[in-house]
Amino acid sequence: MGDGRIQVRRSAGARLWLSAGWLLFVTLIAIFAPWAAPKDPLAQDLFSGRLPPFWVQGADKTFILGTDSLGRDVLSRIIFGARIALAVALIAGTLTCLIGATLGLLAGFLRGWVDVVISRLIDIWMAFPPVLFSVLLIAVLGPGLFSIILAIVVIDWTRFARVIRAEAMGQGAMDYVAAAQVAGRSRLGTMLVEILPNVLPTIVVLLTLEMGIAVIVEAILSFVNLSISTDDPTWGGMIAEGRTSVHQAWWVLVFPLVTLFLTVLAFSQLGEGLKDRFDPVLR
Amino acid sequence: MRLIKAILLRLVTTAVTLFGVALIVFFVIRVVPGNPIAMMLPPGATDADVARLTALYGLDKSIPTQFLIWSTGVLRGDFGVSITNRQPVLALVLDHLPATLELSALALFIAVFLGGTAALIGTRLRGTRVEAAIDVGNGMALSVPDFLWGLVLILLFGVLMPLFQISGRITPSLTLPFSTNFYLVESVVRLRFDLTRDLLSHMIMPAMGLAIPLAAIISQLLKQSLKEVMHLDYVALARTKGYGETHVILREALPNAVLPTLTLVGVQFTFLIGGTVIIERLFSFEGLGNMAIDAVINRDLPLIQGIVILFAVIFTAVNLLVDLCYAAFNPRLRHG
Repeated sequence: MGDGRIQVRRSAGARLWLSAGWLLFVTLIAIFAPWAAPKDPLAQDLFSGRLPPFWVQGADKTFILGTDSLGRDVLSRIIFGARIALAVALIAGTLTCLIGATLGLLAGFLRGWVDVVISRLIDIWMAFPPVLFSVLLIAVLGPGLFSIILAIVVIDWTRFARVIRAEAMGQGAMDYVAAAQVAGRSRLGTMLVEILPNVLPTIVVLLTLEMGIAVIVEAILSFVNLSISTDDPTWGGMIAEGRTSVHQAWWVLVFPLVTLFLTVLAFSQLGEGLKDRFDPVLR
Repeated sequence: MRLIKAILLRLVTTAVTLFGVALIVFFVIRVVPGNPIAMMLPPGATDADVARLTALYGLDKSIPTQFLIWSTGVLRGDFGVSITNRQPVLALVLDHLPATLELSALALFIAVFLGGTAALIGTRLRGTRVEAAIDVGNGMALSVPDFLWGLVLILLFGVLMPLFQISGRITPSLTLPFSTNFYLVESVVRLRFDLTRDLLSHMIMPAMGLAIPLAAIISQLLKQSLKEVMHLDYVALARTKGYGETHVILREALPNAVLPTLTLVGVQFTFLIGGTVIIERLFSFEGLGNMAIDAVINRDLPLIQGIVILFAVIFTAVNLLVDLCYAAFNPRLRHG
């Protein structure tokens, strides 16, 4: 039994560090994109369209991962795409977390009509197919980074609200909260000083997971061609182009897909790893 | 009595939810920039033409008036006319619904089969490398959403090893003897297994993409429940009676461990149906979701409304059904 627990901790530690390492790498690449990228991600060269990656026959070795149909360097576009992906993850994730967690905390701790209104809103939101809802919102807001972030916040706040509401409700029923109330703390004070620190680990885990989801949503919207302008390098936009030419130029699809896959996996594994770290039973 | 009251309460809240969805969609899409009427007329159309057609679709009235007209129509089963196709929305939506339903059902079947098998094998071989491998597989499958699994499958089985079709619902050159749009069901009923094969070859990859995350959830939860049940006295009793381990798991443990998984499958099934929107797009599968994205791109307001409402009805209906099943299966809730 004891051995098993140590093993769980060890493998959890490994995946925590691997995911954090990959995300750090992507972040550094995104920050230093102009220096990291070998080429201009927007430069078109119709004479060198659909060149394969360097190890394949007929490749131009300066285009390490090949080119797309317009002759743009795939590697450089992936590197610059990381900027958009991470910006969306960070900003949309944080905003969604702030709004969702606040509403969840209010509903779960204050109960009463506040809870009724927020719970009903969550029910209505859950009845929307999320992808369709986001596509619809982008159509309303117009394409662009700001619209994507807003769409993610509007759609995903329920992820935080649902879980934090339940947690806050559970914490609110505990003796220490009643004790704080008896000791004369205000309702708002109790919520911020007693409840919030106890649900904070859950919030951090959800935030990490949400960042991964935000990266996916951005990719999906770029895929449907509603994200940023088609020239800007986004992983989803590259995947959309790669999907149409998958039989002629597999590399246009494979490399951005692998990058996106690893990044989403890393966010998710980081979240799960943190969840285990915070779990007192495993600790 | 309490059960009836609970059901009535659920029906009322469901109605409120659906009304909320209708209200939000209706107002949100009317803020969409771009005049759909101007888009459907030829370039030479005069302002008077635009105005006449706008009036025909009722888009010249105030938004609350439009909502009133539209919602009374919906209650009579009239969802308006699509702007791009000029056909009744209800007919269009019902035309595309069977494709999406068949895809979701196939995906659910695959997910239950894969997830259930993995959980049972993991329980039978607990403590071995196989169980560890299943756990790692579950973790991976859960970490990545359907959209990415769909793309991975396209690469693996559409390009690298071209075993299956990667776009469309059926090979377009085939002549179809079907009288409904439930192609898969009808091909089986009519014993046209050549068509069943072609349909499945198109459906298997989008269905797998949808199924992989759900299979992992099922496998994880069922395995957890089985683990808890396996420690109970009655299971030990069955063992002392001399039954083999496989028999104990399938006959004794499984029936008592399956309830939490069933409830979860119901809730997760709505997520799966929501996932069809992007998966259908990815595989150019002509279902409701693909039509929905086209409708948004074309600013086809009546069609968007109709599709979103239908999705919401399906979601809430599935949730309602799950709750009723739970009450029916769980004696404690029935007599509570």
